[in-house]
Amino acid sequence: MFELLGIPPQVLLGQLLIGLINGSFYAVLSLGLAVIFGLLNIINFAHGAQYMMGAFVAWMLLNYGGIGYWPALLLAPVIVGIIGIALERVLIARLYKLDHLYGLLLTFGLALIIQGLFRNYYGVSGLPYQIPSALQGGQNLGFMFLPNYRGWVIVASVIVCFGTWFMIEKTRLGANLRAATENPELVGAFGINVPRMITLTYGFGVALAAFAGVLAAPIYSVNPNMGADLIIVVFAVVVIGGMGSIMGSILTGFGLGVIEGLTRVFYPEGSAVVIFVIMAIVLMIKPEGLFGKSA
Amino acid sequence: MIKRIALSTAAVSALVAGPALATDITLGVLNDQSGIYADLSGQGSVVAAQMAVADFDAAGKGINVEIISADHQNKPDIASNIARQWYDQDGVDAILDVPTSSTALAVADVTAEFGKVFINSGAATSDLTRANCQPTTIHWTYDTAALANGTGKAVTESGGDTWFFLTADYAFGHALERDTTAVVEANGGEVLGSVAHPFPGTDFSSFLLQAQASGAKVIGLANAGADTVNSIKQAAEFGIVQGGQKLAGLLLFINNVHSLGAETAQGLQMTTAFYWDKNDDTRAFSERFKAEMGSPPSMVQAGVYAGTLHYLKAVEAVGSDDATAIVASMKEMKTDDPLFGEGYIRKDGRVIHDMYLMEVKSPEESTGEWDLLKEVATISGEDAFLPMEDGGCAFALAD
Repeated sequence: MFELLGIPPQVLLGQLLIGLINGSFYAVLSLGLAVIFGLLNIINFAHGAQYMMGAFVAWMLLNYGGIGYWPALLLAPVIVGIIGIALERVLIARLYKLDHLYGLLLTFGLALIIQGLFRNYYGVSGLPYQIPSALQGGQNLGFMFLPNYRGWVIVASVIVCFGTWFMIEKTRLGANLRAATENPELVGAFGINVPRMITLTYGFGVALAAFAGVLAAPIYSVNPNMGADLIIVVFAVVVIGGMGSIMGSILTGFGLGVIEGLTRVFYPEGSAVVIFVIMAIVLMIKPEGLFGKSA
Repeated sequence: MIKRIALSTAAVSALVAGPALATDITLGVLNDQSGIYADLSGQGSVVAAQMAVADFDAAGKGINVEIISADHQNKPDIASNIARQWYDQDGVDAILDVPTSSTALAVADVTAEFGKVFINSGAATSDLTRANCQPTTIHWTYDTAALANGTGKAVTESGGDTWFFLTADYAFGHALERDTTAVVEANGGEVLGSVAHPFPGTDFSSFLLQAQASGAKVIGLANAGADTVNSIKQAAEFGIVQGGQKLAGLLLFINNVHSLGAETAQGLQMTTAFYWDKNDDTRAFSERFKAEMGSPPSMVQAGVYAGTLHYLKAVEAVGSDDATAIVASMKEMKTDDPLFGEGYIRKDGRVIHDMYLMEVKSPEESTGEWDLLKEVATISGEDAFLPMEDGGCAFALAD
């Protein structure tokens, strides 16, 4: 049996799969960021907090309303998306005419406030959320034991990612959206309500974050800091993929998950920084990102 | 981020009834107020220190105590900056708590530089009273050597003789791995390998698979807080326990067990210096604490209470805020408080008291939300902590 740098192939295959699972979260989160940045030009720093809210809303639905995982998978993104829409209408919409930096600062402040509120009420230790009974257990793949739930995470995120890509790149609705980004006045002249479309787009991006949050709830600890730990990595993913590139963010999300997974085998101490090293290299060689259009 | 809580009316009462001269003491609670260790230390440690001041009746004894607190965010540079500012400008006499070993080591050095007092409760590394010991450091609650002598020894003796470590990649994780390795090997076991994971981490599946592939009978979790909770949850998910390997959570706090739930955590063994349901004294204290904080105290918060109480006794005995005299008096006096019982402080600053090997109850055994642990064994302080001669603390061994 061949070995690669002393690592047996079974272990390597297992790690590739694990990397793909983590990449699923990066992909869904960076996709939401890319949608919001690409179409609204807002750098949504509250994305991590909205991901955390998704997990918390799922937990609240279960503990206060007795609503289980499957309905929560739909309901939590809708609820958090509506909160996002309210934030966009009341606060973010006022900043479109200003520099990117203002949107970044506003959403960063919002993230700190939201995390602080949840910390105040629920502490940081984390809340338990069980894996739904239909997805408990796992499959023995020969090279590893794959928990059913992790398999589901990959499937669900691939569907959501490519569904979003299809909607934005291939449908009439997506064409209107892209047109509205290029020239809002002209699209408005065709009778399309551009401000409403932008609001709904923000809500959709936020809902994607919340969806990732619900996916994460059963396997990661549901705690107020869960998004803050992740969001910096996700921003690096977006920068590597190219700001605003839909397909770029999806592919880089999965790809970097795999690279990070492999780093955990060959040099575990470096796994926390490998993505940032790649980001630095990409910025030096191709500043617009791997899939970005050059400015 | 620094809160000031004026605690006493000592100035008034001292004039009326107390001794002629009031001693002014400022205590600084420095810990994690917002991150991974906020529930087990955080604001609860501030409350514990306040309770100690109230129970000691400092005001009535002419000691004017003010308690301030700050968030060190688990970062050594932030911790030492705050400590420096506190000692230099804010007149702080002693710093309390300081979880996260790397920050504790930094604060220990700053305290020695300023000649103040450092009563650590939250940090685990035994280096605080070994190579990095300082004459001004008192390490109250627990340390990595005691954890190893509790959980590590029990698991090895019950047949878990091959180990693989998942280690948090900072001072604490490495100290815990080192001390546990020593105990495992002393008891005839063998360590097959280890992997260092970033702190704090989220996904441990990759490291768990490596542990699984090692074939070790025991996977030792040399991490803490949410990292341990996530490791245990994900190990269950990947069928590691069903596969015949055993998990040893080397540092678990009551808050972590609560977060895991009895269903997931049942049967896990852990070593603790304090459990709220131990006796009438601990229950009475925990009731009062819970009324304030909503959950019973962790061993870290209990240690802040006991350490503050003992410090105030020394202040009363010395009759001034002279740090050298206070530390000498603290080491001279036996420790005795409702939460840890009787004990003493060694020359190297290590507080010697009993430790307990506990087991997480099953959901059927548990009668309440926080009724989570049952005692397996009491480990006497002499057996739990590393003997001073083996610790290598230079100033303590010098004379």
